[in-house]
Amino acid sequence: MVSLILIIAASLFFTGIIIRTKSLSSGRKGPGIFQPMKDIIKLLRKGSVYSRTTSIIFQIAPSFYFASILMAILCVPLGNYPGVISFQGDFILFAYLLAFGKFFMIISALDTGSSFEGMGASRESLFSMLAEPAFFILMGSFALLTGQTSFHGIFSTLHYGSHISYMLGVLATFVFVIIAMIENSRMPVDDPKTHLELTMIHEVMILDNSGFDLGLILHATNLKFAMYGAIISNFFIGDLSLMYTIPIFFVVQISFAIAVGIFESFMARFRMSHNPQFIFILTSVSLLIFFGVLLLLQKFV
Amino acid sequence: MNYNVAIRNNQSIPLKDIPEQSYHTFLESNISLLKDRDDRHCVNYFGYGIGESVKLFCCIADDSMHLIYVSSCIVNKGATLNSFAKHNFAFEKFEREINENFGVKYTDHPWFKPVRYAHNRIEKSKVMDNYPFYGVESEELHEVGVGPVHAGVIEPGHFRFICNGEQIMHLEIQLGYQHRGIEQLFLQKKSLIERTILAESIAGDTTVGHTTAFANLWESLSDYQADKDLQFTRTLALELERIAIHTGDLSALCTDIAYQLGSSVFGRLRTPIINYMQEWCGNRLAKSLIRVGKTNFPYTEYHANRLNEVFAAYEPDFNEMITKLFKLPSALSRFERTGVVTHEEVKLIGTVGMAARMSGLNRDIRLSHPHNLYSTINHEPIIKNHGDVYSRTQIRKEEVKQSIGYVKTLINDIPTFTSISEPELTPKPEMFALSLVEGWRGEICHCAITNAKGELALYKIKDPSFHNWLALAQSVRNNEISDFPICNKSFNLSYCGHDL
Repeated sequence: MVSLILIIAASLFFTGIIIRTKSLSSGRKGPGIFQPMKDIIKLLRKGSVYSRTTSIIFQIAPSFYFASILMAILCVPLGNYPGVISFQGDFILFAYLLAFGKFFMIISALDTGSSFEGMGASRESLFSMLAEPAFFILMGSFALLTGQTSFHGIFSTLHYGSHISYMLGVLATFVFVIIAMIENSRMPVDDPKTHLELTMIHEVMILDNSGFDLGLILHATNLKFAMYGAIISNFFIGDLSLMYTIPIFFVVQISFAIAVGIFESFMARFRMSHNPQFIFILTSVSLLIFFGVLLLLQKFV
Repeated sequence: MNYNVAIRNNQSIPLKDIPEQSYHTFLESNISLLKDRDDRHCVNYFGYGIGESVKLFCCIADDSMHLIYVSSCIVNKGATLNSFAKHNFAFEKFEREINENFGVKYTDHPWFKPVRYAHNRIEKSKVMDNYPFYGVESEELHEVGVGPVHAGVIEPGHFRFICNGEQIMHLEIQLGYQHRGIEQLFLQKKSLIERTILAESIAGDTTVGHTTAFANLWESLSDYQADKDLQFTRTLALELERIAIHTGDLSALCTDIAYQLGSSVFGRLRTPIINYMQEWCGNRLAKSLIRVGKTNFPYTEYHANRLNEVFAAYEPDFNEMITKLFKLPSALSRFERTGVVTHEEVKLIGTVGMAARMSGLNRDIRLSHPHNLYSTINHEPIIKNHGDVYSRTQIRKEEVKQSIGYVKTLINDIPTFTSISEPELTPKPEMFALSLVEGWRGEICHCAITNAKGELALYKIKDPSFHNWLALAQSVRNNEISDFPICNKSFNLSYCGHDL
């Protein structure tokens, strides 16, 4: 329960911090950190416009997407406190809940019949497909290391003892940061600020969504960011009490957002054809973690 | 017998001095002029309707002799002819335009389709809605149509991609949505000020370029020798326009590769330059600055000092940012080998300006047919050889620096401004005049013909975008569709300049 409340709280300002960081680093003042949230509230109060070529899929997809992400958040624990849903192997449910929501966004994009949206859908599904092995190898390695198979079990028994385990923590954080960037269509894989349909990934899929639906989709992205931030902060929390957990959670969230902002300010987006290579790096880093775990458990000769 | 008459840039000659030939000789002589000569290219080829017949004028510029060879030929409207384009591909667009306006048919033209659906087209039944797009029948390939209304506030144009997944196989660009009938308006509007303002509106981003071409042309038609103060104003304004637009383009290129720092720094740097234009003439796009035979805004020591101040603030920031951009691996990986147009292709297409210089084709009117004060500047065109986005970015970088140098030299020697009242200008009857100007985008060509009463009978404009659009279509082949925006931005072509 704690994690759900904290994630929702963090989602309110997460994107705001990214935008503010980017504004400041380019010498502008930038909007307040709650501006993205205000925009979403404005959208939520509006009606949606539906194209005549779309079917029921297009209308239900945003709600499915939003619901799937909320469900996934329910699985995320915070230190000692398990998520609302917690059972052996819940991280598999977590991953496929996200995939379920994404699947609906993809078929809803195809439903519009627009050539742009089809292109965006194909990119989005390719990139998340490539990112999937990284997530599973990583979680699998930690399951092997801790002997637990639930999010809560893994994170609450995770102790850093040796140099190798610190290394594993650092690598895991790296993998999760990049997965979060890919899943949320941020740089260097996607450019969330572009107005050019041909270069978009996620944005182009939601070109036809408007009003309430668009608000849901946008806030789902905020929630997703905060959710990944929560998972990352779990690597630093261990079994501390709430008094330490909550500040650590927000520090991690804010520094994650600032890091994303700085990252996006000072480099260019990758060429689309370089993205798969880049995403494969994650899988190889996850494999490194896997071998690290094997080393720790002395399963290597 | 002379097949043509040689004139210089901004020279006007009596119509009767232009030799008239049979179509066969006209074709043969012009094609042989151009054969295997990189330093010659056709600057304008157009028809002038006289009753039931069309008089074709072909103007071929010789860059090494600094001459323009003009020849002409009379054919009937609706005649069927052999095409120039079969021998020299650069003519294909001119011939499509002649066909569109006069119904002249070509037997061996490579790809016959309308150019811009001009208001004065001969076949009104051809409309934009049934433009004959190139299509493919395939299960694997898909088509992506972009526009005519685009994201962001840009001009209208339709882009039809044929793609194999993410890879572009073919791009067809259909323009004409911006057609205003500028060339006809030049004939309808009788007063000089109306025409000058029309020239300013040919392409909003090349106000100085087109207005200079018009002013030079009109002065030449009226046999008026512009004083040094006018030449100075025009040259200075052309170079300032180049600096401003190139800087803005660098910002836009950074935006398209999602490099935020470059985007905002170059965007900020463009502002003081255009604001300076406003200080000088009251308009950031330099509208109202250039007038035929006079100037309303004398340039003084004060202006020169202000410009030096602007540059003092501009240059360090520009140099720092451009160094950073050209050292940033993620930016270079987007620029390099993206959107390549080879030397052979640019020669075939007949591109001009930056779109020629990026691939080692030396086309720069400032050097080859100097106008205004360019003969006093020892101009060296900046030539790159790769023909990719990187080359086009490099050209912008170096031309900005070069132009700043020229501007600084120019303002060291400010002429006294005497041309402040409008002289009495009457164009001479039965004349042909041609004016070439190197705008920031490339060669601008204006041609005019006067009738027996000394009234304008034909005004013909060729914006650099006219040919360069095809180079853009060529550049994106085999590139990723997501790289189209930076290819497009690196050319930064004009829609309204093309559509007229």
